[in-house]
Amino acid sequence: MPRKPIAKFTVEHLQILDEKGKLDAKLDPKLSEKEAVTMYRWMRLARELDERMLKLQRQGRLGTFPPNTGQEAISIPIALRMQEKDWFVGAFRELGGRLVRGEPLTATLYYYNGWEEGNILPQKEMRIIPTSVVIGCQIEHAAGLAYAARYKGEDAAAVCFIGDGGTSEGDFHEGLNFAAAWKAPVVYVVQNNQWAISIPRSDQTASQTIAQKGIAYDMPVIQVDGNDPLAVTVAIDEALARARAGEGPSLIEAVTYRLMMHTTADDPTKYRGKAEEDDAWKKEPLIRTRMYLDKKGYWDDAKEEALLAEVKAQVEAVVKEFESAKDWQQDEPFRHVYGTEHANITEQHQDFLANVAREAK
Amino acid sequence: MAKLNMVQAINLALSQEMAKDKDVLLLGQDIGVDGGVFRLTEGLLDKYGKERVIDTPLAESAIIGTSIGMAMAGLKPVCEMQFSGFSYLMMGQFEAHATRMRARTHGQFTVPMVIRMPFGGGVRALEHHSESREILYAHLPGAKVVIPSGPRNARALLLAAIRDPDPVVFMEPKHSYRAFREEVPEAEEVMELGKSQVVQEGTDLTLISWGAMMRPTLKAAAEIEKKRGVSIEIIDLLSIAPLDYHTFTESVKKTGRCVVVQEAPRSFGVSSEVVARINDESFLYLEAPVGRLTGYDVITPYFGREKSYLPNSDRVSRAITQTLDY
Repeated sequence: MPRKPIAKFTVEHLQILDEKGKLDAKLDPKLSEKEAVTMYRWMRLARELDERMLKLQRQGRLGTFPPNTGQEAISIPIALRMQEKDWFVGAFRELGGRLVRGEPLTATLYYYNGWEEGNILPQKEMRIIPTSVVIGCQIEHAAGLAYAARYKGEDAAAVCFIGDGGTSEGDFHEGLNFAAAWKAPVVYVVQNNQWAISIPRSDQTASQTIAQKGIAYDMPVIQVDGNDPLAVTVAIDEALARARAGEGPSLIEAVTYRLMMHTTADDPTKYRGKAEEDDAWKKEPLIRTRMYLDKKGYWDDAKEEALLAEVKAQVEAVVKEFESAKDWQQDEPFRHVYGTEHANITEQHQDFLANVAREAK
Repeated sequence: MAKLNMVQAINLALSQEMAKDKDVLLLGQDIGVDGGVFRLTEGLLDKYGKERVIDTPLAESAIIGTSIGMAMAGLKPVCEMQFSGFSYLMMGQFEAHATRMRARTHGQFTVPMVIRMPFGGGVRALEHHSESREILYAHLPGAKVVIPSGPRNARALLLAAIRDPDPVVFMEPKHSYRAFREEVPEAEEVMELGKSQVVQEGTDLTLISWGAMMRPTLKAAAEIEKKRGVSIEIIDLLSIAPLDYHTFTESVKKTGRCVVVQEAPRSFGVSSEVVARINDESFLYLEAPVGRLTGYDVITPYFGREKSYLPNSDRVSRAITQTLDY
């Protein structure tokens, strides 16, 4: 009996707006002026907050955090295409998307300054899952959230983010497998920023693309230029439509670059060269998005200047609010061990309060 | 009232709660068509359908990880780990998310879920099928760990676990699954989590155990009482975490002597915590050091020789005698 191929697969790459600002008119999702400008405003705001946070951290006014600069064209357009009832399931480099979903700017400052209060802003109503620090866990949560949405008869999907490093975790594969087996309404987005702390993409996996990992679970996949917000828009629209039509999960690999350090505790000069970084800066998303707006006739230098001043003032006000927040209870963790009272916790709570009172004297 | 074994009692609890609350879903390997490898979930697929009795792919971490997502969205998943020996693969999800979500969001998100798992030795099972590792879960803040000892309390505690607003690890002593029957009322009966039970009052010694070890413990106590005319107070912990230490430390204040019986390895186990709490609360009432009968700090031996490693009623008797005679 002859050998014969029984399955064949391809991985498509999508770019609509290149780094020089050249637009493929045939593929253009044709955002309205309002949509395009709104998207750019969020990108600018996220960039400003990120840059300000780095300064705060270097001045000792903020804890360790993972910068987002350079990845604005992924979570922002995605959040803009999601519906309110959809679940936004992030890892920890989706600042812009979180802001679009309605998370107050202060939340990320509280969180990265060591206060759980950064997690408790009105996230449940916004359907944002708190930051997932342990890599890969959220892939499975998203499958469960999506299953629950369908079970409850909600026409909602979950959109879940992970990095290139995260695709090596067992939970990534287990979660994709469950989501696919259940045909759960979920979209997985891999922010392939080339670096998992010091491990380059080439050492992370032997796979030619990350997108192809989804093929193993029989889900539609695509690789997009993750610095191109139009390609990301088209990919998420297609994937969400499939999810809502009951066609199950999809995987989007968004190719980008981590322009900054992994977290502020990291020093990339130990493991990568300046030439590589310089090249990546030329491809970053804000430059081309600005060119796109210019060409469409939506934007000019005056508008740019006004926007920069506006986001700067907005972030400055938020930093003031963050630095004046001081009235939280030091014993808050004792109040949330269980949803029911238990004497053991009550006793330790009293002991803690007594210690704090003694030390205050 | 029907006489049920623990398997039937757990099945009754699951079935009754699923009938009552459509947010309750079951997830696990082979729990649907097969009814579970121990037949705990027999008949539930037919009654409640495959949307609610989910035969999952084979991945412990994803069973718990997806259940966490479901619980955050307002459902009440009850997951089965086929054997506790396979449950360690879900430890990351359990520690990083299930046990912490309430605290890290100040109660905005909660994870009301139950993780059922058969555990313990004595059934001549294969490697990795016989361990007692309750302490691994009990150590985690935010986790509840419950161990029933008989059909009736298994049913009542499982109902409480499903209704609890937090993640509960419900460890089922599989040696007791079909070992004996008890009257289990058809009408709902719910016990409070976080509470131990004084199963027999006494004045001369406090005897503490839980799970499958309750049977040899009760047997030994009856023999010693008969032989020596002493009166033994027997406590079934039921709740490993949070630990209801007041019940046993008060008992020890009354009796002055105590023996703890534990199937798990000796070091860093529940019995260690029990002794520590007695030291904290009842030290001045002690007439003798607290006696401990435990497993050994070795792997649970393959079943060809496991019997000689498990605490039995003779060893419990000896431990009681030593403590009484100190």
